[in-house]
Amino acid sequence: MANLTEIRWHGRGGQGSKTASILLGKVASKTGKNIQAFPEYGPERMGAPVLAFNRISDEKLTVHCQVYSPDIVMVLDPTLLESVDVDEGVPADGTIIINTTLQPSEIKEKLGFDGKVFTVDANGISTEEIGAPFPNTPMLGALIKATGLLEFEGFKTEIKKEFEKKFASKPEVIDGNMKSIERAYQEVKSE
Amino acid sequence: MSKKDKQKPGWKSIPEGGLILEAGNAIKYKTGGWRTHRPELDMDKCINCHFCWIYCPDSAVVSEKKEVTGFDHDYCKGCGICAHECPVDAITMVKEEPSTEK
Amino acid sequence: MSNQVALTGNEAMAQAMKQINPDVVAAYPITPQTEVVQMFSQFVADGAVDTEFVTVESEHSAMSATVGAAAGGARAMTATAANGLALMWEIVYIAASTRLPIVMPVVNRALSGPINIHCDHSDAMGARDSGWIQLYAENAQEAYDNAIQAVRIGEHEDVRLPVMVNMDGFIISHAVENLELLADEDVKEFIGEYTAEHTLLDTENPIAVGPLDLQDYYFEHKVQQAEAMENAQKVVVEVAKEYKNLTGRGFEYFEEYKLEDAEIAILALASTAGTAKAAVDKLREEGVKAGLLKLRMFRPFPAKEVAKALSGLKAVAVMDRADTFSTIGGPVFADVRSALYDVKSDVEVVNYIYGLGGRDTTVEDLEFVYNDLQGIVNSGEVNKRVKYLGVRE
Repeated sequence: MANLTEIRWHGRGGQGSKTASILLGKVASKTGKNIQAFPEYGPERMGAPVLAFNRISDEKLTVHCQVYSPDIVMVLDPTLLESVDVDEGVPADGTIIINTTLQPSEIKEKLGFDGKVFTVDANGISTEEIGAPFPNTPMLGALIKATGLLEFEGFKTEIKKEFEKKFASKPEVIDGNMKSIERAYQEVKSE
Repeated sequence: MSKKDKQKPGWKSIPEGGLILEAGNAIKYKTGGWRTHRPELDMDKCINCHFCWIYCPDSAVVSEKKEVTGFDHDYCKGCGICAHECPVDAITMVKEEPSTEK
Repeated sequence: MSNQVALTGNEAMAQAMKQINPDVVAAYPITPQTEVVQMFSQFVADGAVDTEFVTVESEHSAMSATVGAAAGGARAMTATAANGLALMWEIVYIAASTRLPIVMPVVNRALSGPINIHCDHSDAMGARDSGWIQLYAENAQEAYDNAIQAVRIGEHEDVRLPVMVNMDGFIISHAVENLELLADEDVKEFIGEYTAEHTLLDTENPIAVGPLDLQDYYFEHKVQQAEAMENAQKVVVEVAKEYKNLTGRGFEYFEEYKLEDAEIAILALASTAGTAKAAVDKLREEGVKAGLLKLRMFRPFPAKEVAKALSGLKAVAVMDRADTFSTIGGPVFADVRSALYDVKSDVEVVNYIYGLGGRDTTVEDLEFVYNDLQGIVNSGEVNKRVKYLGVRE
């Protein structure tokens, strides 16, 4: 299908990979894209490796299965590299974006992956801006910069609206989340 | 199915009725991989009250000859209950570093 | 005025219920339906609906309270899934036989056991003979559309039957997709006011509901139910046409996807039909004349229309997300094959039981089915009539 982007999110239960995929989906839908955002549901376990998915397309989406050959892989926790095959099914020209303090070259070497690798210290950014490690929102900023999936200014406008809905009872965290996205957009590293 | 699921046994070779025929096989399921923070014990501070040993939901606190000696990292999920319950602050949670993490 | 949104299937269903604004909802939470009831109860708490919400202690009570409300002339709804539907069982039949137009979203989930919370159709397929009309949806949009139409279908004076609005658990219920909501006033106008012909609360014209019905009358009442199902076929079409005029969306009994000139086809319900469309597109690019019939209405079963749509094909695979354990195939297969018997068609029909307990069914899985059909066409032989797709041997 033309203009179809498939994304797989790797995270740990409680890190917000499902929320990130849904936020991305909702924002992309506001820009006129056809979207899907869905997690893989298992027993809910804090800390256990979990998956979430996105499909984003200019055309109507009808496929209703998981994503097995993602164009983009988002890794919310670097320790997952020890236990999960995050590059499974990723094509040679695919993109992996990972929350880590390491350099892209180091990740490439560790994974034995020759495609595009981007790194960002999403935990560090989030700890500084929000006060705790919530890597999911900064990872969205890194995703937009690394892939150009959506136009950044429009993305920020729409995601702010989503935050205003989501954090209606604690508006003080909206600014921190917006700053996290902005900083991750600026700080994400490629080779 | 993921690659991992495809490798699981087929319908001809698994026990009927969803039975688990092996008692205590939960020990094979190592939950240490869920951990983002690991507990570290300061032996000098520890008074061997065994609160951590009692509270640990995964029986991952190791006690030998009535002394707490450390943690079983195969099963410790890094929940931090031990550190929270310790009356003398002998346990601290430190960030788990993957092998390539700086 | 309509509204473009991105919602989960459960959110879309809760919105449909809000816009229907039933007089009474009595429901009990069960995965993966829980969010529907949770969100709806929030609408009740916020005063966004006029509904009397009855919190009950079980699904048996949920359906009982819904039946009671409907017998009292209320527009009544509930929602459930899997084991919850099983616990309602006794009253599910009573709702139909008492001719109460209850609308019930069912978020399809495997019926235990072994215990499993994920999607298949064993819950609703078990209720296929309960006398409820059954609609299935490919996506959140269709689930929403079906819920609104279900009100009109069930309440029609020639029908007066309850309607099950099915939606695939997790695959649709928990996935965010684009859809278009109608404006509240458009839904209100489309469904209209409900006035029950007879109601327990009409003290001027007192009635009894649910009396003993023995050898001398029960049979006649069952034939009335069957007649109402016959009538439902006509009403489903009328309502679908009217809804299409309003929204530009929807199908009557089924959607035909590239079926007109097809030689081989899959017949599927619900979300898998969408995945099959992608397989059809891929095969068409390779020059294979593949098509799809996506069944929307399973009860009543549109036998003549399905037979007509399939009889010109060379081979058809019927997809069943439930087993009957009859050893001769799934529930949809049985009806499709029976329908084709009357038209003396040469089309070979095979059955795939797939996706049980939420096993993911991919585009490649469905391509495999089309390739199998191609093999049947080429060899003229069916080596096995009923197969299991995507199971580990």
